[in-house]
Amino acid sequence: MAAERKTKLSKNLLRMKFMQRGLDSETKKQLEEEEKKIISEEHWYLDLPELKEKESFIIEEQSFLLCEDLLYGRMSFRGFNPEVEKLMLQMNAKNKAEEVEEETVELDVSDEEMARRYETLVGTIGKKFAKKRDRANYEEDENGDIKPIKAKKMFLKPQD
Amino acid sequence: MAEAAAVAAESPAGGRARAARAVLDQVVLPGEELLLPEQEDADGPGSAGERPLRLNAGARARVRVVCGPGLRRCGDRLLVTKCGRLRHKEPGGGGGGGSGVYWVDSQQKRYVPVKGDHVIGIVTAKSGDIFKVDVGGSEPASLSYLAFEGATKRNRPNVQVGDLIYGQFVVANKDMEPEMVCIDSCGRANGMGVIGQDGLLFKVTLGLIRKLLAPDCEILQEVGKLYPLEIVFGMNGRIWVKAKTIQQTLILANILEACEHMTADQRKQIFSRLAES
Repeated sequence: MAAERKTKLSKNLLRMKFMQRGLDSETKKQLEEEEKKIISEEHWYLDLPELKEKESFIIEEQSFLLCEDLLYGRMSFRGFNPEVEKLMLQMNAKNKAEEVEEETVELDVSDEEMARRYETLVGTIGKKFAKKRDRANYEEDENGDIKPIKAKKMFLKPQD
Repeated sequence: MAEAAAVAAESPAGGRARAARAVLDQVVLPGEELLLPEQEDADGPGSAGERPLRLNAGARARVRVVCGPGLRRCGDRLLVTKCGRLRHKEPGGGGGGGSGVYWVDSQQKRYVPVKGDHVIGIVTAKSGDIFKVDVGGSEPASLSYLAFEGATKRNRPNVQVGDLIYGQFVVANKDMEPEMVCIDSCGRANGMGVIGQDGLLFKVTLGLIRKLLAPDCEILQEVGKLYPLEIVFGMNGRIWVKAKTIQQTLILANILEACEHMTADQRKQIFSRLAES
């Protein structure tokens, strides 16, 4: 009587979560298989031959910029528009930059100016590390630059 | 030109493909098929008899080739779509790489937007957050008001209908509306934006623009010596010029227009006459 009742339980009922606990492994497998079948049948796919995209060695490029090394399109001559003239140099230098990379390294501060700057710094930094007693030796000259005055200027007698 | 016509006549239209190497600087016609150097030995005409034996015939070294304007890739074939002279540039420097770049140097007046081109446009409408810009293509380009240097939602650029814009295409393909910007990838204007007041805008052929913008163009060098002036070249065939006086501006426009069909000697004459006056 009990077995008969069990078989009467519908599949949908057996698939429910709370019914799973009481099921034995065999019926479980059976149910899973059926479920898989339904899913795979409902799964859509395009009935097409497999696409094989060959790697192409021709690249399409519709721009003339790549073909001909064209200049930048804004130009100004003889100082009509200094802004554009500066821009022109900058934009057109880009093309040549690769060839003469070393020459076009533009310095913001020239080497000489750099040296001049650091020249004045020698005193300032020197003062910082000097002891209090020696600090008097550093005096500001008329330019506001701080210089060590260790070597006092003396009159040098000309050689005859 | 007679020579060009003869070449065109003897080339079998739709017949055998010609080797790209063989027709360099010659006239090619739309619909023609070109063979790249790598393909020549495989199926080139007349090479079957004395083809040298190759160990790696199956796996040929595939060199990358860039096909520029006027050429189109169709599978593994290279087809011509424009009429003009076939040009070639060896690889190296900034160009494509591999086996270089092929393109057709054609003469045309109709501009087709190309991504990356710098063009001169005229603002035709302001609608919401975009400007409509006429660039001479089949469709007006759109230009966002945010695509200017220093523009924010609150700080709108001062652009009026009728203004001239020097900008660059970021979107340009056959299926979509072209889109312009006036800033580069770093957000700087770099000379793009609204072109100043006054000046004169005129149209020339696209070929002339390329001729003038070539790095070794002597026309511009000569023009630059005349008097203070400013020029803007758009790849869409538009030139904007401005000099100190209206007369000078007009002279400039006339020279640039006329020099397209002049020989080097004629140009020299004109420039020497101008320098005197």
